[in-house]
Amino acid sequence: MRPKAIVEPREPPIFDIRHLWAYYGEKPAVRDVTLKIPEKKVTAIMGPSGCGKTTFIRCLNRLHELSPGARAEGEIYLRGENILDLDPVLVRRRVGMVFQKPNPFPTMTVYDNVLAGYKLLGIRLPREEADRLVEEALRQAALWEEVKDSLHKRGTYLSGGQQQRLCIARALAVKPEVLLMDEPTSALDPKSTAKIEELVVELKRSVTIVIVTHNIAQAGRVSDYTAFFYLGELVEFGPTSEVFTVPRDPRTEDFLKGKFG
Amino acid sequence: MRGLRWRKFKDRLALGLIIALALLPALPLFHILYGIFREGLSALSWKFFTCLPKPPGETGGGVGNAIVGTVMLSLLASFLAVPIGILCGIYLSEYARGKFGEVVRVAADVLQGVPSIVLGIVAYLWVVKPMGHFSALSGAVALALMMLPVIVRSTEEILKLIPETLREASLALGVNYWRTVIKVLLPTGLVGISTGVLVALARIMGETAPLLFTAFGNPFWNLNPLQPVEALPLTVFKYAISPYPEWIRQAWGASVILTLMVLGLNLFSRFLARRLGGNAP
Repeated sequence: MRPKAIVEPREPPIFDIRHLWAYYGEKPAVRDVTLKIPEKKVTAIMGPSGCGKTTFIRCLNRLHELSPGARAEGEIYLRGENILDLDPVLVRRRVGMVFQKPNPFPTMTVYDNVLAGYKLLGIRLPREEADRLVEEALRQAALWEEVKDSLHKRGTYLSGGQQQRLCIARALAVKPEVLLMDEPTSALDPKSTAKIEELVVELKRSVTIVIVTHNIAQAGRVSDYTAFFYLGELVEFGPTSEVFTVPRDPRTEDFLKGKFG
Repeated sequence: MRGLRWRKFKDRLALGLIIALALLPALPLFHILYGIFREGLSALSWKFFTCLPKPPGETGGGVGNAIVGTVMLSLLASFLAVPIGILCGIYLSEYARGKFGEVVRVAADVLQGVPSIVLGIVAYLWVVKPMGHFSALSGAVALALMMLPVIVRSTEEILKLIPETLREASLALGVNYWRTVIKVLLPTGLVGISTGVLVALARIMGETAPLLFTAFGNPFWNLNPLQPVEALPLTVFKYAISPYPEWIRQAWGASVILTLMVLGLNLFSRFLARRLGGNAP
């Protein structure tokens, strides 16, 4: 039984999620979510704290199962392949992630941080290719101009907002098909937040983005599609313009009006 | 207003008492250092560091073989204890879930409490008896048993301090857990782990009891780990209970060297630990 407030996206989906349940021990945090995520679009996942939105996207790169006692059931098709049947390591190469708090590797330089996806796996790149990849990823993350003269300084010397863009560059450098962002601006000041938001809109030309936010305005600014989660269930999904103007479910409307959250 | 003045007086009295008591533990340390240097400095000379001991009755001679022996025993013990200790610490911090991890953790704590002379006997049974003679190796085994729990627990604590988000950053790039441990967690915790190793080293360098029937002592130069070897604490022990005034003087001299080595290690590990505090992950 599919609730009525879920609209199929017009674009072809990259993720086709069917009846996804995610548990911590016996407690389900995500309940029976069925959803298609369109390719090369920004999909915002919003909802009040504890509604399962972070758990949901952590299922999409198999990070959820790392928590003790956690497991996921259902089907998550990434371009037709059920990622729950794949090796999680391979899934994570295709589905990158940016976290709430910037987490560059403290022992690495800016340059090495960008290449971490190769270096940590022991993949050696020819010098020119490495240089090219670093510049490309940093340009994509709108950080190149700020750090091009300090590529060999520690990544942790950058400001919080720069660190977060460095983490975005690090995720982009391995050329993922999807980029998951888990409240990427919640630890940043308004100026850095604006920069990241601009970047998100820019990036959807090359990569599909799924962004978790509990900032309603942010979802409105950056996303093409919006999913509203409540108590672990997907309540509403549709084009952001529709969800924000004519929500079909009364719970979505209450949330948008700030009645809870 | 008598009450207020009385209370203020009591407050000052308590403060004075606390300061006096706080100075108390520092007092013996300075007294020991003062005593050792007063008695021992006269024994120090270039020859004392570089020469072999002379037989009783003759003056001169040095403890060069004991210095070399102590360094060799420390290196050998570290060689044995560091890899095992770090791997065990990694296991406890990253992999241990449930009962078995708890057992390992308690075992490490209990091992830390085992008297050092008992560890000497254990090394005697494990190494000396099968080999048929005393050796530096057996001494190193006894010392490694003392280092092990310190390294295990400090490695575990340091790795647990590393934020979870750093592990996730690596895993989310498609790096498996073991590589994450080796390439991300160990480098990040390197300073802390090294500090733990140095603390362990400082702890065992001055040990006498575990060496009595393992490394045994040796009045000659020896670099062969399978032969008995001299060590500074053994020299101090032997010389200090001897009846010869020259040896007793040299026991003080050897104490100076040993104390400086251990003190130096302690201060260095403190320096590292402070650096760790400065740019903790």
